[in-house]
Amino acid sequence: MTQQPLLTLERVSKSFGPVTVVSDVTVHVHAGAVQVLLGENGAGKSTLIKMMAGVHQPDGGRVLVDGRPVQLPNVHAAEQLGIATIHQELNLVGSLSVAENVMMGRIPTRFGLVDRRELRARARAALDLIGLDVDVDARVGDLGIARQQLVEIAKALSVDARILVLDEPTAALTRRETENLFRVVAQLRARGVGMVFISHHLDEIAEIGDTVLVLRDGHAVAEVPASTPEDELVRLMVGRSIDEQYPRGTGPVAEGTEVLAVDGLSSAGSFSDISFRVRQGEVLGIAGLVGAGRTELLRAIAGADRYDAGTVTVRGRRLRPGDVGAAVAAGVGHVPEDRKAQGLVLDASVNDNLGYATLASTARMGLVDFAGQRRRAEQVAGTLRIRMHDIDQPVRSLSGGNQQKAVFGRWVIAGSTVLLLDEPTRGVDVGAKVEIYELINAITAGGGAIVMVSSELPEVLGMSDRVLVMRDGRIAGELSAAEATQDAVMTLATRDVAPAQP
Amino acid sequence: MTSTLEQAPPTTPDRRTRVARFLADNGALVGLVVLCVALFIATPDFLTGRNLLNIGIQVSTVAVLAFGVTFVIVAGGIDLSVGSVAALSSMVSGWFFASAGLPGWLALLAGLLTGLLTGVVNGLASAYGRLPSFIATLAMLSVARGLTLVISDGRPIPTSPQVSFLGSDVGPVPVPVIVLVLAALVASFVLNRTVVGRSMYAVGGNPEAARLSGLPVQRILVTVFALSGLFAALAGLLLAGRLDSAQPQAAVGYELDAIAAVVIGGASLAGGVGRISGTVIGALVLVVIRNGLNLLNVTSFWQQVVIGLVIAIAVGFDVLRRRTRTG
Ligand SMILES: Nc1ncnc2c1ncn2[C@@H]1O[C@H](COP(=O)(O)OP(=O)(O)OP(=O)(O)O)[C@@H](O)[C@H]1O
Ligand SMILES: [Mg+2]
Repeated sequence: MTQQPLLTLERVSKSFGPVTVVSDVTVHVHAGAVQVLLGENGAGKSTLIKMMAGVHQPDGGRVLVDGRPVQLPNVHAAEQLGIATIHQELNLVGSLSVAENVMMGRIPTRFGLVDRRELRARARAALDLIGLDVDVDARVGDLGIARQQLVEIAKALSVDARILVLDEPTAALTRRETENLFRVVAQLRARGVGMVFISHHLDEIAEIGDTVLVLRDGHAVAEVPASTPEDELVRLMVGRSIDEQYPRGTGPVAEGTEVLAVDGLSSAGSFSDISFRVRQGEVLGIAGLVGAGRTELLRAIAGADRYDAGTVTVRGRRLRPGDVGAAVAAGVGHVPEDRKAQGLVLDASVNDNLGYATLASTARMGLVDFAGQRRRAEQVAGTLRIRMHDIDQPVRSLSGGNQQKAVFGRWVIAGSTVLLLDEPTRGVDVGAKVEIYELINAITAGGGAIVMVSSELPEVLGMSDRVLVMRDGRIAGELSAAEATQDAVMTLATRDVAPAQP
Repeated sequence: MTSTLEQAPPTTPDRRTRVARFLADNGALVGLVVLCVALFIATPDFLTGRNLLNIGIQVSTVAVLAFGVTFVIVAGGIDLSVGSVAALSSMVSGWFFASAGLPGWLALLAGLLTGLLTGVVNGLASAYGRLPSFIATLAMLSVARGLTLVISDGRPIPTSPQVSFLGSDVGPVPVPVIVLVLAALVASFVLNRTVVGRSMYAVGGNPEAARLSGLPVQRILVTVFALSGLFAALAGLLLAGRLDSAQPQAAVGYELDAIAAVVIGGASLAGGVGRISGTVIGALVLVVIRNGLNLLNVTSFWQQVVIGLVIAIAVGFDVLRRRTRTG
């Protein structure tokens, strides 16, 4: 392209302390084009876009806008130049309304007072653009992660940006919302907006990308067209090919003993009359649309929330409602959907975060087993390939995918035999996903049982021995691995679909 | 895992940012040293044995009180009641000795137990009663002070010899200083080595994540406030020992000194961050400033202004430190 790029990062580098995270990378963002950044967890993608957003300043190299060098000392400066960014980790204020979050920093006023009607109307327009059907007065903290992500997208879309940067916007979205987003992206592209897009879903790249910049360990290793075949992209990214994305065998021994029994579980407004069994060695997938009650169900089983009726039984032992400690003691592990808000203590170290579930059980006379903890943490960090420079670094400074692995790793250390996984691979790269799947296989082979909720339908289909489909808080049907196809699941998930609840 | 590390070219350490980071990380310590040097130059009275012992005695009360508050702040709460609880504990101890005729050492224990119990009440109210700790302990601030006045009828009560011993000297060393050192070791051990201590950081850093990991958040909170009450009682007994009597108006306003010491020491009021060593330094900063201003004949009115500014600067350092970390 000979046309002048809207934005260029020219030979930029960035280090944190002694660790160089991005080194000598050049990226161009052209008007009406989508530049994809691709790379493993920790390759430096988010760091790169933070230099476009004014969050980080490059240690070396320059930022050019319309061919002119600029300084982006802070987020505001980037916004002034028409750069809008959707960061990988959500930046919403949970206690404020959807409308206030969408219009944050641009709240319309009349005579110095907030103009509520205008505020609602503008927020509504932004939400309609991506087809998010929630009450603009709802508290953001009450929404699930997928809807929060859509609020974040609406917020970025509602500023008239020339450059839109999207860091893994689809990680928590189901196919339907992703399609909505891509429709908007296509419109923006036609209007000449330049975009940067990051995703670990390789199929999305050809769908909306134009060019792909592949990063490895902070270095740009290739620049290829987005139409490049997926296995070639994988090879460029990880330096090897991946044979099997979903390494699930033929399933469990049919007669495995029952590990988890859920009977008549109901919780007003979330789900009702849910009953199912999970046997030793089994992976039960739960599919459904956003808002079908899957997350709420998992939380109830894990003891995170109370419920109105029904029972949860693990290996014959009934769990006390709303008691996470009891569930953990019974061998239950829960990977919550939102790692930042529910999974991690961001200022604590990787080591500490990996050890919270086993802090008490490994202690001697109330004293922490530091040596053992460090050994276990280092081992599991190795297994999961958590990329870090020091196990004592705050977990906040890990890349998004590596943070996700840390939440998972906690339960690996705990040796949990009933794992409740809510979006277990959100933001995890293709290679590391396979490692998590292998771990799932190892856990089930050792007699464990797994319940998995994921917005990524191929993942649910590829890894489950049985699939429950939820619709509006109820079980709409059950499919065996053989019966479970995208079409069969979607038919069950959407039949007679009532207007989505806010 | 370490591939990025190995491939990283040897970075030339940017001296300016390194110095900036050291200053930001150890702001309170640097401030303390600067303060001491300045006072040493300004007045010959500062660096005398007597003055230093004086500082040691004053620091002991503030610091012991602040250790308890450190637990609470690390766990994401606040304890406004420690000053009143200190007074109540010493008063109860005095009453048991002087009016009920309990043996002196039992009276001392009764004082400590009083602090522990008020702390448990604070903890129950905020963990199970779901009151914000600010409100729960504000109520306790008033209740405990009121009870102190009721018990004493507004008059000082003489303390047992065991409590008075806490205010005496062993050779040249004041007992409060010994108690301070022991209390610091214990507090630091609890915070760093025990399950409860490590859990406090998790609960303060992200209570929801702590809960979903299976940590007994409510029980931890009760323990935290109980510890705070216990340390407050100890501080109260130190104070009473020095005066040989439990005073109904003892330790009024000390909760603010304690909180200031913790914050100057680098803890974050948002929770999840804080250390005992920082709190010791924070308490020293406060006491040395007061001591210095006294030596320089600055009125107590101006002292308050200066202390307020110091707290603002300390928090400013905290903000700066966060920025250099994430930025
Ligand atoms: N503030 C920081 N301090 C120290 N290291 C950091 C900091 N921020 C990022 N890093 C490190 O930089 C590397 C690149 O992180 P980055 O977030 O850019 O990865 P990413 O490509 O976006 O990965 P993911 O796919 O997991 O989101 C990681 O190894 C991370 O640990
Ligand atoms: Mg990232």
